[in-house]
Amino acid sequence: MANEMHETILEYVIEEYAEEDDEVTFDTALISSGLVDSFSMVSLKVFLEKKYDIKLPDDEATPEAFDTVNSIVELVLKFKK
Amino acid sequence: MAYSDKTKQVFADEIVQIKDKGLYKDKRFICSQQGASIKVEFPEGAPQAEVLNFCANNYLGLSNHPDVIAAAHEGLDSRGYGMSSVRFICGTQDIHRTLQDMLSEYLGTEDCLLFPSCMDANAGVFEAVLGQEDVIIADRLIHASLVDGIRLCSAEYDTFKHMNMKHLEKKLQLHQDKRTRLVVTDGVFSMDGDLFPLDEAVALCEKYDAMILVDDSHASGFIGKTGRGVAEHFGVLGKIDIITTTLGKALGGASGGCVAGRKELVELCRQKARPYLFSNSLSPVITAASIKVIELVTKNTERRDKLEWNANYFREQIVEAGLNIRSGDTPIVPVMLFNAKLANDMARDMYAEGIYVIGFFFPVVPNGKARIRVQLSAAHTKEHIDKCVAAFKKIGDKYGILGLDKKGIIDKYGL
Repeated sequence: MANEMHETILEYVIEEYAEEDDEVTFDTALISSGLVDSFSMVSLKVFLEKKYDIKLPDDEATPEAFDTVNSIVELVLKFKK
Repeated sequence: MAYSDKTKQVFADEIVQIKDKGLYKDKRFICSQQGASIKVEFPEGAPQAEVLNFCANNYLGLSNHPDVIAAAHEGLDSRGYGMSSVRFICGTQDIHRTLQDMLSEYLGTEDCLLFPSCMDANAGVFEAVLGQEDVIIADRLIHASLVDGIRLCSAEYDTFKHMNMKHLEKKLQLHQDKRTRLVVTDGVFSMDGDLFPLDEAVALCEKYDAMILVDDSHASGFIGKTGRGVAEHFGVLGKIDIITTTLGKALGGASGGCVAGRKELVELCRQKARPYLFSNSLSPVITAASIKVIELVTKNTERRDKLEWNANYFREQIVEAGLNIRSGDTPIVPVMLFNAKLANDMARDMYAEGIYVIGFFFPVVPNGKARIRVQLSAAHTKEHIDKCVAAFKKIGDKYGILGLDKKGIIDKYGL
């Protein structure tokens, strides 16, 4: 489940944010590197909530928690029953 | 009063951090009227230097137009200095109504409401119009004031890739379950000078039952055949649900902004927009002068046409000189340098040559996309532009970047 989730989220991040020459892996810093800005980050939140039928509270959906695909998966698993 | 040394240190440390990141904004004093040629004290305490200004939003050169100054004097004499009130208590004069009607007609909308600035208009419009049943779908590079306004509103929001209509369509499909959808964009993006394809976006909005809001601050007065903005440029005048724009750039350059658009939406702003309800009326002086500005820009397109010629001439000349620019159709011309230090150093050297321009780098623009942003004005003469291009050529040569493409500059200076 976690592996499939990693792949799904990585695929979304690449399609939604990456430029042609960006290399994105599970560990790539997304927010702190400037690849995803704090305003655009909301699209990722919208996607995760719809895809996994969860509600991510604002105080949990922080730039730190959204910084890599790995940390995003951790966050989603925390809220997915 | 308890401003202890410990408390003071907290703020002093933050200022040091801003300086360490290279983001500190130095004080610069203009000791003359705003115009193509200005007197500047920079750095603070230095003797005044007469320089050519290529970084103002004075697109039409109206900031010190004699007719506008005369109208401001007349407004001061006839309607006084201040209103000492917000609009809805006792701060609305007949000239506010006149200016709103004129702006509404000029922008091709049903109604219009003045705000103290476009920043205030953008801060207030979303919360006044939308609720949590709605969704805002915004271009990723919209102006900071729109971002702030969106964040103040309870509607859900989502973003789409800059000017990417396929991505916008995908987002419109995704949010069909919402009560209303509002697409939000700048008409002209101020850092790159690119024009949002409003014709395509309006078609998508019609297809997916969405409204559209355009901030036309860097367009009103000069984009489009008669200067009515990006909607005119793309042939969709009258189809934009909300236009926010400023009187602080091409349209006189003092201050003030507005929300113009569908009657019901403007009425909701009049009833609910907090910056409108809780800040003072636009001063009678600015209101009277702005009426004159709208008269001037409606009378003929002379200034707008001159600006277009100046922008095209500058673009041709600067490319011929071997500089790298982002192509476009607006008087905002980014000279691309990619490296932040290079942009900063070149802007400083340009100032020494009598040309006032500013380097922009992360986080104002994305990492690795540092540039000097040149803004043309109808107040510039051909000689002014020639002098600017000559200075770029001299300084570009000093740094060995003439004729280099993006890769060449990055190879030489890094990102």
